[in-house]
Amino acid sequence: MIGSVTVVGASLAGLSTVRALRSHGYDGRIVVIGAEHHAPYDRPPLSKAFLAGTASESELALLGPDDDGLDVDWRLGVPAAGFDAAERAVTLADGSVVSSDGVVLATGSRARELPGARGLGGVYVLRTLDDAIALKDDLAAGGRLVIVGGGFIGAEVASTARSLGLVVTVVEAMPTPLVGPLGAEMGAVCGALHADHGVHLLTGVGVAGLVGSDRVQAVDLLDGTRLPADIVVVGIGALPNVEWLAHSGLDIAGGVATDASCATTAPGVVAVGDCARAYDVHARRPVRIEHWTHALQQPATAAATLLGASEPYTQLPYFWSEQYGLQVQLAGSRAEGDVVTVVHGSVEERSFVATYERDGRLVAVLGVGATGPFSRWRRSLRAAVAADVALAG
Amino acid sequence: MIRVCLLKDLPPGTAVRLDAGVPIAVFNADGDLYAIDDTCTHQDASLADGYLEGCTVECPLHASTFDLRSGKPSGPPAKTAVRTHGAEVRDGVVWVLPSDVPVQAAP
Repeated sequence: MIGSVTVVGASLAGLSTVRALRSHGYDGRIVVIGAEHHAPYDRPPLSKAFLAGTASESELALLGPDDDGLDVDWRLGVPAAGFDAAERAVTLADGSVVSSDGVVLATGSRARELPGARGLGGVYVLRTLDDAIALKDDLAAGGRLVIVGGGFIGAEVASTARSLGLVVTVVEAMPTPLVGPLGAEMGAVCGALHADHGVHLLTGVGVAGLVGSDRVQAVDLLDGTRLPADIVVVGIGALPNVEWLAHSGLDIAGGVATDASCATTAPGVVAVGDCARAYDVHARRPVRIEHWTHALQQPATAAATLLGASEPYTQLPYFWSEQYGLQVQLAGSRAEGDVVTVVHGSVEERSFVATYERDGRLVAVLGVGATGPFSRWRRSLRAAVAADVALAG
Repeated sequence: MIRVCLLKDLPPGTAVRLDAGVPIAVFNADGDLYAIDDTCTHQDASLADGYLEGCTVECPLHASTFDLRSGKPSGPPAKTAVRTHGAEVRDGVVWVLPSDVPVQAAP
């Protein structure tokens, strides 16, 4: 039985692992290391309610009265800088070392930045509370906002900024936004939401660079267009925070490699959430998942593994987005070539459920502005996948 | 007691919303009936439209989860419980006995 655990990462995945360890009856020492100086907070509202000003900072807090008994030694504001997996020793940026019987790697991911954009005023990525506070202050002044990247962060910021009265342009390098998560057909449907609400969407054109000396003045596109901009938000994906593990002896290419039970190759070391690339029993290959729900649910498996079990994580992926007052929800794993069918409502009315099928099997469900019907289809998906797993097993 | 619907119109895995002054959500969780306040304590959303798994409903907006038996939040971001109400079946009809506990404001 282990007597001490260090959790590296103080966001949803790290906190959820702590809660799971305690609910499994682990009563030893827990140290949580967090790079940010904030106590654990919820990130999804940063692009939506918090940015819009309808949710306060205190409402983002993840710790509640039920967490009073967690008994955690919090080490916030100092990032981890190095790791010896064999010794399970974490070195912090201030030079201190924390060693323990078990280690949870939960350092998450960070926003990808536009090359050459760092240091230019008025240019933002959106990942942390500090990012959101700074962007929120700038948006309050109004003006022209250019968003680089038509993914979920870009679409959510576009929606929020539009509601605040800004003039918004979204630039997407691919011919269709959201092709990765939704496929071309449904990506185009969600992309059309921008035009519905007076946001300009430019597709199939990349960014050549930003114009401005102290503060951004425009965005130059590869087709020669110059878009005047008072504020630029860059939403071009996320990278796993694994560089600090470079000399740990762990496989960190594309995320910390783990088996389906969150175990790394080092005894007593597990990885969870955005920073992990776990073997996925549904996809039958290693995948790195950045969804909120994944960071919430996968830690139960990681905690059990640390305490001696070896059950695989089997939850189906699920994520949501909110754009222009519509709830966009996807459950399951879609892939190129899946057959898409609208099974409820209509795309034109912006209220529908669509299914994704592969070889005649239901593999994913998308809902837009149709929460009740989507929930029922999500149950059907769960039943269908359970039946497939039973057949395969 | 408020008459909700015929049991056959509320099959396992489904929910119905009922206006009883405040909206109440009635769930058939694999054969067991539960009634809770319909409005999520985190932000305004209908839990009857949520995702039902076992005795847990997940809010369709921000994925807060509530235990149907106690009304307590079992997952973030919600921190405040919803009220539970009595629910029962008599002669194939679903009835709800609304709670007399006042609605608690969200923190």
